[in-house]
This record gives sequence, structure tokens and C-alpha cells, in this order.
Amino acid sequence: MSHHQLDARRMFCPMPVIRTQNKIKELHPGDTLEIVCTDPGALSDIPAWCRINGHTVLEMHEHNDEVFLTIEVCEEI
Amino acid sequence: MVWRGMSQPKAISLISGGLDSLLATKVTMDQGVHVEGINFYTGFCVEGHTHAIRKQDKAKPKRNNALWVAETLGIKLHIIDIVEEYKDILLNPKHGYGANMNPCLDCKIFMVHKAQQWINENGFDFIITGEVVGQRPMSQRKETMPIISRESGAEDRLLRPLSAKNLPPTLAEREGWIKRDQLYGFNGRNRKPQMELAEHFGFTDYAKPAGGCCFLTDENYSAKLVDLWQARGHRDYEMDDIMLLKVGRHIRPSNHFKLIIGREEGENKFLQGYTKTYTSIKTTSHAGPLTLIDGVANDADLELAARITARFSQGKNEDSVTVETRRQNGETQLLNVKPLSADDIKQEWYV
Ligand code: SF4
Repeated sequence: MSHHQLDARRMFCPMPVIRTQNKIKELHPGDTLEIVCTDPGALSDIPAWCRINGHTVLEMHEHNDEVFLTIEVCEEI
Repeated sequence: MVWRGMSQPKAISLISGGLDSLLATKVTMDQGVHVEGINFYTGFCVEGHTHAIRKQDKAKPKRNNALWVAETLGIKLHIIDIVEEYKDILLNPKHGYGANMNPCLDCKIFMVHKAQQWINENGFDFIITGEVVGQRPMSQRKETMPIISRESGAEDRLLRPLSAKNLPPTLAEREGWIKRDQLYGFNGRNRKPQMELAEHFGFTDYAKPAGGCCFLTDENYSAKLVDLWQARGHRDYEMDDIMLLKVGRHIRPSNHFKLIIGREEGENKFLQGYTKTYTSIKTTSHAGPLTLIDGVANDADLELAARITARFSQGKNEDSVTVETRRQNGETQLLNVKPLSADDIKQEWYV
């Protein structure tokens, strides 16, 4: 189990979702991924993508116009 | 459905986020096929961007419609970034453009081709789209359907469930993966059959984008793109160009430079992110927009740009407005200028 980070700042949806999707392909169940974005659309799109693909959003918050999400990678459903 | 003695067939569905692909997917799933969605991001998709930029839109709940369709249907969605590969489609479309800069037929062929590659790599059996014969003047005509199947390389692995009865049977029907009599024969521009089918399935909250889901079908956007190419003397673009064409008022007083003027706070903030790569102007004595200069502006050009910017500030009726100009190298200068009158901003300058 390892922790990873993804910088998706200054990208507009759906690019942060695409980067998250592609990054998760390289990870293993139990790994966590922390994503930072500037498009607030990521707050709805990344959780929707996680629900579809069976991954868990552990935490998300906004701070100084940046959006932070932490995802736990689960077994592919 | 139980697939006795054979494995469950698998299809990939091109999901745009609109009603037709939602219905085509549902119809296929209801026949017991395992379906996953694929969505292509060209850079010109309306989805997201402008909502994120314009402050007034932020209050509206924003969703990615392709993700919404996938979640509604309970299927996986693979979103594919084709921004780089798409350049060649847009710049050199073999079948030409539609009413604006939309190379729809080449675009469809390319997307189906990518889907074909995807099914080969992932062991899927066929591809479905929400295409309807006669629905779109360029890409969805009876004559274009076989062109898409052939030139994409998908051939008869491409099924259009909503219009299948108007077309020859495909592999999925011949193999018995799909029952042709449970498919549809929708035809033409009338949307009523789709709306009735949506009602039958209980879909009510689907996307109904007024201007379509692609900026290339938009007349104003296309005009800005053509203007950009003309001014630069070559046809090419980067992601930043695509983005900046979606934002602000574009005013070109001369072939060698244009102004991109923020129309509200969200746009000003977005443009702020480009002040290291573009010369910029902002009013300091009065509330006003942030302007980027695209091109090379000499001192006289910059003064004209400052006067235009002042015209869109709250000091537009004053004798003098102070603006700060900032070159890409960070060098700044304060100028006191008289705002240009509305009549002095020539109509043909507006891109
Ligand atoms: S509108 Fe035309 S060019 Fe735009 S994504 Fe759709 S098919 Fe492609």
C-alpha cells in the first residue's frame, strides 16, 4: 500500500478525471491517491467517476481556490 | 438473459452524454449484453470548461453528462484524451467541414476507429453508437453510415441500435448477440421517438444542450478559430488557444494583434493565469476587465488596446482612466488614457 499524488491544477474537466483514471491504472488496491485541482468541477466529476469504477473517495475539501481529493484504490468492479 | 454455452457478448458504447447514446446503450444492455462506455475528449467539448470559468454559472450544479449517463446506466466509462491526435482531424478533414468548423464525418470515423482499437485490445465483440439515419445533415445520413463503418475499420462490428432497422444487419445481429426485432428504425430529425423511448425507460433528467456539445458547431467559436489562423498565417493550435477562444470578448483592431477582454470576474480570474505568457492590461483607477494581448503590440498598439480596455471599465465615460500594462517579462507601465467611444470601436474589429 502506498500513497501517491497527482497535480491536476490549471486543467479543466474532464482532464483531471482523465489524469486520475490513467494514474489509477498504475496503482494497486489499497493504494491512496491525493489529487489537487483548480477546476471546482472536479468535486463532482471525480467522485462520479469513482462511484462508477468502484473506488472510494476518502476525503475532499476546497482551500484557497484549490480542490483536494483523496481516493482509495479498490478492486476493479 | 443467460448465454447458454457461450460467453456473454461485450460491447463498447460511444457515450457523448446526450440522449441518443444513452438510449442506444440501454437498448443493448436490455438484451443481456455487457456494455461499457467510451468517451472521447477532443478539447472542443463544451462539457465543463466554460461553466468552470464563468462565475455566474458556478451557482448552477455542474455535472459531466457522459459520467452521468454511465452512472445512470450502471456501466463503466473510459474517458480518452484525443486532443493531440484530433488536430489532424480538424486541420485536414478528408470529408470537409459541416456548417461551421465541425469536421463531423472525419471525427465520427476517427472515434469509431479508436473504439475499434479498444475492442481489439480488450476482447470486446462490437461497438454501438447512438447515430440515427437522417438526423444530422453532415455525419448522420444514410450514405454516411457505411462510410463510417468502412473507413473506421469497424465494418460490421458497428451497430446503431436506434436506427438498425434502416440499415443492413450487422455481426451482432447475425451472431444472435442482439435480436434485430428488438432494435429500432428511427429516421430523420424528429426527436419525438427518442423522447418517447426516454419516457418509457423513465429517463427524465438527461442533457438537452441548446447549442450542442461541441464548440466546433458554434458559429462564433468557428469564426474566432478561423480568425486566429488567418492572423497567424498558419493553421495550428495549442490547448491554450482552444481555451482562450472560449473566453472573453475578442477584438482585433489590426491583423498583428487582438484583445481578449474578460467579461466578468470569473473570466478575469481565468485570464489572470495567462499574464506570464501574454501582455496584459488592467484598469487601476476604476473597476474593469483584464485584457490579454494576443500577438505583438508596439507602444501605439498598446495605447489603443488600453483605450479599448478602458471603454469596458466603469470609467468608460470619464476623460481619463489609468491602466497598468504588463509585458510577458514582467515589465509594467502605468498609462492614463481616454476611453475609446463606443462608435470608435469598429464593428469589424469584433471577432
Ligand atoms: S459535433 Fe461533430 S466534430 Fe464535434 S464532436 Fe460531434 S461529431 Fe465531432
